[in-house]
Amino acid sequence: MLTILYDGIAYGMLLFVLACGLSVTLGLMNFINLAHGAFAMAGGYCTVFLVNRLGLPFALGLPIAFLVTALIGGLFERTLYVHVYARSHLDQVLFTIGLVFMSVAAVDYTMGSSQQFVQIPEALQGQFEVDGIGMGKYRLLIIVICGLLTVALQLILAKTRFGSRLRAAVDDQRVARGLGINVGAVFGITFAFGSGLAGLGGALGAEILGLDPTFPLKYMIYFLIVVTVGGTSSITGPFFASILLGIGDVAGKYYVPKLGAFVIYAIMIIVLIWRPQGLFARGAAR
Amino acid sequence: MRRWFFLGAACAAAAALGTAGGAQAQDVKIGFILPMTGQQQSTGRQEAAAAKLYMAQHGDTVAGKKVVLIVKDDGAVPDNTKRIAQDLIVNDKVTFLAGFGVTPAALAVAPLASEGKTPEIVTAAGTSIITEKSPYIARTSFTLAQSTVPMADWAAQNGIKKVVSMVSDYAPGADAEKSFKDEFTKKGGQVLDSIRFPLANPDFAPFLQRAADQKPDAIFVFVPSGQGGIFVKQFVERGLDKAGIKIIGPGDVTDDDLLNGMGDAVVGTITAHFYSADHDSPTNKAFVAAFKAANNGMRPNFMAVSAYDGMHLIYEALNKAGKTDGDSLIAAAKGMAWESPRGPVSIDPDTRDIVQNVYIRKVEKKNGELYNVEFATFPNIKDPVKAAVAK
Repeated sequence: MLTILYDGIAYGMLLFVLACGLSVTLGLMNFINLAHGAFAMAGGYCTVFLVNRLGLPFALGLPIAFLVTALIGGLFERTLYVHVYARSHLDQVLFTIGLVFMSVAAVDYTMGSSQQFVQIPEALQGQFEVDGIGMGKYRLLIIVICGLLTVALQLILAKTRFGSRLRAAVDDQRVARGLGINVGAVFGITFAFGSGLAGLGGALGAEILGLDPTFPLKYMIYFLIVVTVGGTSSITGPFFASILLGIGDVAGKYYVPKLGAFVIYAIMIIVLIWRPQGLFARGAAR
Repeated sequence: MRRWFFLGAACAAAAALGTAGGAQAQDVKIGFILPMTGQQQSTGRQEAAAAKLYMAQHGDTVAGKKVVLIVKDDGAVPDNTKRIAQDLIVNDKVTFLAGFGVTPAALAVAPLASEGKTPEIVTAAGTSIITEKSPYIARTSFTLAQSTVPMADWAAQNGIKKVVSMVSDYAPGADAEKSFKDEFTKKGGQVLDSIRFPLANPDFAPFLQRAADQKPDAIFVFVPSGQGGIFVKQFVERGLDKAGIKIIGPGDVTDDDLLNGMGDAVVGTITAHFYSADHDSPTNKAFVAAFKAANNGMRPNFMAVSAYDGMHLIYEALNKAGKTDGDSLIAAAKGMAWESPRGPVSIDPDTRDIVQNVYIRKVEKKNGELYNVEFATFPNIKDPVKAAVAK
């Protein structure tokens, strides 16, 4: 029973790291980025390349995956995304889904279509028992990293000057500009950071979710569910949504395997009927 | 403007001449329809490489006719397969159709094979019913039940009493689950639980936990080959191997093409299948060496050997028939027997399906690489599904 809870939390945490970048771009910047999963995939492949091909230690692969995807994200933001910010949501969706297909084909071409496996160190394999609860070591690592990230993100958004600038830029771009805030740069950094997080999530998740060129398409729906259920106005919303969905998904699959895959959607429907703006939405609709 | 027009016309004329000149009327064309892109890409890559290798080794002239291989990509989408097959039959006038990465693709072409009297050599798709859909279909790959039934027999003979079956929720998964369960219960075993998970499943953890809590002797698993590695890794992560639970299943799970990437966790996995790159015979050693040399070190898997044998069947049918009409060719293919890299095989004259040995293998590490090492043989297995109906 507690093992299920533990697995659920680990899975939820992983979902959160993967999806929180999306909740930032979607919620804070009001931009629909369906290509978010492509950045997660980039992070995953980056780790596979570094760890398996170049033989770097896994612990070094993770931060590099974060940096590389953040860099790619930043580059794309400056060169491509910046042109579609002001366009309609339909344009944004079409643009980013195009990017997804391009990334799928590009990875297919360069890395092949087969499943990739990251070689994780021996020390992280296997599980240990506490009070009769089996806990996977790798999953514990995920929980720790993701927990720290969540706290850090919340602090950055709420306490730092950058956080307040970002919130100001989101609330009213014109006024923010008038006050001398470089909105473009703020968005650029935020976007890059969100992409980096996705990359880190992809790198961490390769072991559990698998990694192949269709990754962005396969998991797009999960990211979107997390963001819709969580509401798009904060970090806490998606965080609790991820945990809820993770536990719900794992528990559902354990207790009613025949319906298991449907549980996550059922939770989404119920939450959205109850709170159409998501769990932690601000009162006013945008 | 006008000049460009003439240039274009000249090009078109030259192209028309080129095709007319290149394709002699007596050429034998083989249309291989394979998934060269998309999820099933590994199948297409392996099969195309094997077919080309066969031609490189055996020359492109059979019974005095030049053989031309045409490889087309259907992305494993049946609509594409059908369109391409039609095009190949009508425009290219192919003598054989071959390939077919997934069952729906093979089925989509069956009516065309009957209508066009074009032999359809299935070298991948593994659902039992395929060969019944047209009298022009012959198969050189396998049927899923050919692997699962011997697996169940072996398990029952070797002290495995209680099994939880775990399969992906799609047609082959359901087939594997059923044929294993039927055979295993008939032999006195007990299937405690039959778990199906979604095909695009992100995490096996909850399903594995559920299976483990029922304390089976073994878990029978069937997943699309790419997911096998993740499944086994999570199995080991959960410490189930140390709890004395075995993993058994059809050999798709430990596909030779992916085996080395799966990591040492898969060592000890027991599977039943018709081909392992490690199969100990001179024919196979030569095949594996040639295949690796021609393909940058890529290891052949069961799909490669199926396509290689598919080409062999085509060549030998042409030799034996001496004619190129569909009826004589398929008649020549019936009952054909030969020594394949996988061992002795033949085409069942009644069902046009392949009869072959099925081996029980265990994943072991040899010279730093992972291999499915064969240790028991079930000889001359016919498709159990059709055999059961015939009784």
